[in-house]
Amino acid sequence: MSGFVQRNPAGTVIMALVVAVVLWAIIAPWPAGMETAFGRKRIFLNAIFNGITLGALYFLVASGFTLIFGLMKNVNLAHGSLYLLGGYIGYEFAEATGMWLLSFVVVFLIVAAVGIALQYLVFRRMEGEDLRQTLVTIGISVVMADIMLWIWGGQSYQILTPDWLSGPVTLPLIAGLRGNGDVVYLTFPAVRIAILVASIALGILMWLALNRTRIGMLIRAGVDDRDMLAASGVKVQVVLVVVFAFGAGLAGIAGIVGGTFQSIVAGEDMRFLLASLVVVIVGGMGSILGAALGAVLIGLAEQLGSVYAPTYSVVLTFLIMALVLAFRPQGLLGR
Amino acid sequence: MFTVPGTDGIRGFKMALDEVGGEINGKKIEWVLGPTDATPDTAVRVARKVIEQDQVDFIIGPLSGSEGIALRDYAKTIPNKTIINAASGALETTYVDPAPNFFRYNLDGAQWGYGLGSYVVKEKGWKKIATIAADYSFGYTNFMGFAVDFCKAGGTITERFWLPLGSGDFASIIAALPDDVDAIYLGVGGTDAINFLNQYQQAGGDTNLIGGTIMADQTVLTARGKAKEALVGTPTSGPQADDWDNENWKKFVKKYQDSFPAAERFPSPSLFATNYYNATKAALMALKAIDGKLDDNQTNFHKALAAVELDAPNGRITLDENRQAIGSSFITEVVEGSDGKLHNTFKAKVDNINQRLGMTKEQFDALGRPSRTTPDCSKL
Repeated sequence: MSGFVQRNPAGTVIMALVVAVVLWAIIAPWPAGMETAFGRKRIFLNAIFNGITLGALYFLVASGFTLIFGLMKNVNLAHGSLYLLGGYIGYEFAEATGMWLLSFVVVFLIVAAVGIALQYLVFRRMEGEDLRQTLVTIGISVVMADIMLWIWGGQSYQILTPDWLSGPVTLPLIAGLRGNGDVVYLTFPAVRIAILVASIALGILMWLALNRTRIGMLIRAGVDDRDMLAASGVKVQVVLVVVFAFGAGLAGIAGIVGGTFQSIVAGEDMRFLLASLVVVIVGGMGSILGAALGAVLIGLAEQLGSVYAPTYSVVLTFLIMALVLAFRPQGLLGR
Repeated sequence: MFTVPGTDGIRGFKMALDEVGGEINGKKIEWVLGPTDATPDTAVRVARKVIEQDQVDFIIGPLSGSEGIALRDYAKTIPNKTIINAASGALETTYVDPAPNFFRYNLDGAQWGYGLGSYVVKEKGWKKIATIAADYSFGYTNFMGFAVDFCKAGGTITERFWLPLGSGDFASIIAALPDDVDAIYLGVGGTDAINFLNQYQQAGGDTNLIGGTIMADQTVLTARGKAKEALVGTPTSGPQADDWDNENWKKFVKKYQDSFPAAERFPSPSLFATNYYNATKAALMALKAIDGKLDDNQTNFHKALAAVELDAPNGRITLDENRQAIGSSFITEVVEGSDGKLHNTFKAKVDNINQRLGMTKEQFDALGRPSRTTPDCSKL
């Protein structure tokens, strides 16, 4: 940190200023002039928060994707199918039992098992053959998409929010002032806050697991140099299976999250595969922190874009990706 | 995204074909299915494939707005064949530079939206609204039909929002909606509609809603989950009303229900089934009028098609000089049935809506083509 400040004094000042301005814009009530220039503060705050929650969803999908890539050098193009499968199973389970929270556990286990099966039955047999693995994952995603279309049909499914999370809550953030000077606080969907908090917790846990535990050390070593890791007597196959299962389970959980505040429908697999690809390219392949950063950037771009520049919101995401590829091809936090 | 509507359209097509036993004048009608993904490029590629490789005489289709415009242009390159539009509803398809061999027996999006505006002003007393509609040609067109009528009846639109198709997360736009309006007009459909309603409820929204034509159709009303319940009490307009008390319509619904097992269809036909049925029916009537014998350049078929007067399940349909339907639109409201399922209940019917929405050509052209800013209410 201090090293960075010494090397880039100007950059640090600019970054501190930007952070201060953004914090001020979020916390303080906006003066009238600013409301006329940028629209109401409520809209801005909502876009920021929605962008971060959408980023949380993207992070759930992309973190597994990036880990699998980092370790196996395998772009798992069936990752979106795991997301969709998780969503459908989560819907069925939540509908049958009414237990939304428990469905996360069940889906994690089932989709992780699918991930283990994929790794054990398919990818292990073609180790080191990147192109073949990638092509096989495309094939698997097509087959899975068709099977799911056959079982669940083409209509939309929406996973029920439990009662204690439905509706909005009031946050201690000032959204604006009424004409008579009363302060209006920001209201925000409760379920989105829950998802945001859970994703941040999960992200911190993953970071701790990667940086403070033995298995995390093995995974990091595997990302850096898998052959060397194998040579030092570690059973790389076991590490691979664990990572694959974990990444797949996360994608499944993301399916429930997506089905709760959006909906589950045939075709979402490709949308989320594309989203995770963009997130991982922006953040840097194989980096968890990068996936978090990329996911929040893309989520914010989509939501701010949808309010402030609806015409270009679709392009914005890809513009960010193009800029990153042009100036930092390994991704923002890639090595 | 249009898989479900497409499948229901094919059901309507099969019903019409079965009525004549699949043959005209002893000649069996052979057909091939050209699947598209609702994009104009695919529609043209598939149309070219069935015309050139399968050597069909005419095409019934397409389903979606931009496809229709693409096939109108393609129709001009095959003057000796015929395209009979099935469900696509862009205004430009038959209004701007129409193709002589392109026929449309369904109303366009603007016609479907017409009548709802004066209904909400007069019956509901909603005079000040904000609007949200899908940011593509059908969204603009359907909104235009609604807005022309709404503004003429004395309503004001305070803000217009446009949703990019398929973006999934509309929460920020929902937050930007104004509070001080009587109702919000929603012109989105399918999965976007479900996502929107879901996020609208989660954000605690409780303003009155007004639905565009695809907002409250069977694809949305049969989706799984609670989101659609926000729609109860929402007035919408479109080419049909599920429970319209009319002999022809009831016969059609019963036939639909009898023709397909309950698990493989909607509770009652979607507008796609009805429109495909009507288009096919019109084609068969024209074929019958010429005893199933097509001229080399199909001029006799084109003449017969233009003369068809269809007593369709959803009202009488005739064609105007651009081979575009003049017909009825229905005002309906979403209600919860005794079985707990949602459906549209008949409220009013507006007859003889032409493509210029009752205006002269000069007046209508002065409005401009459907776009984000058309119609300009202050000019009406």
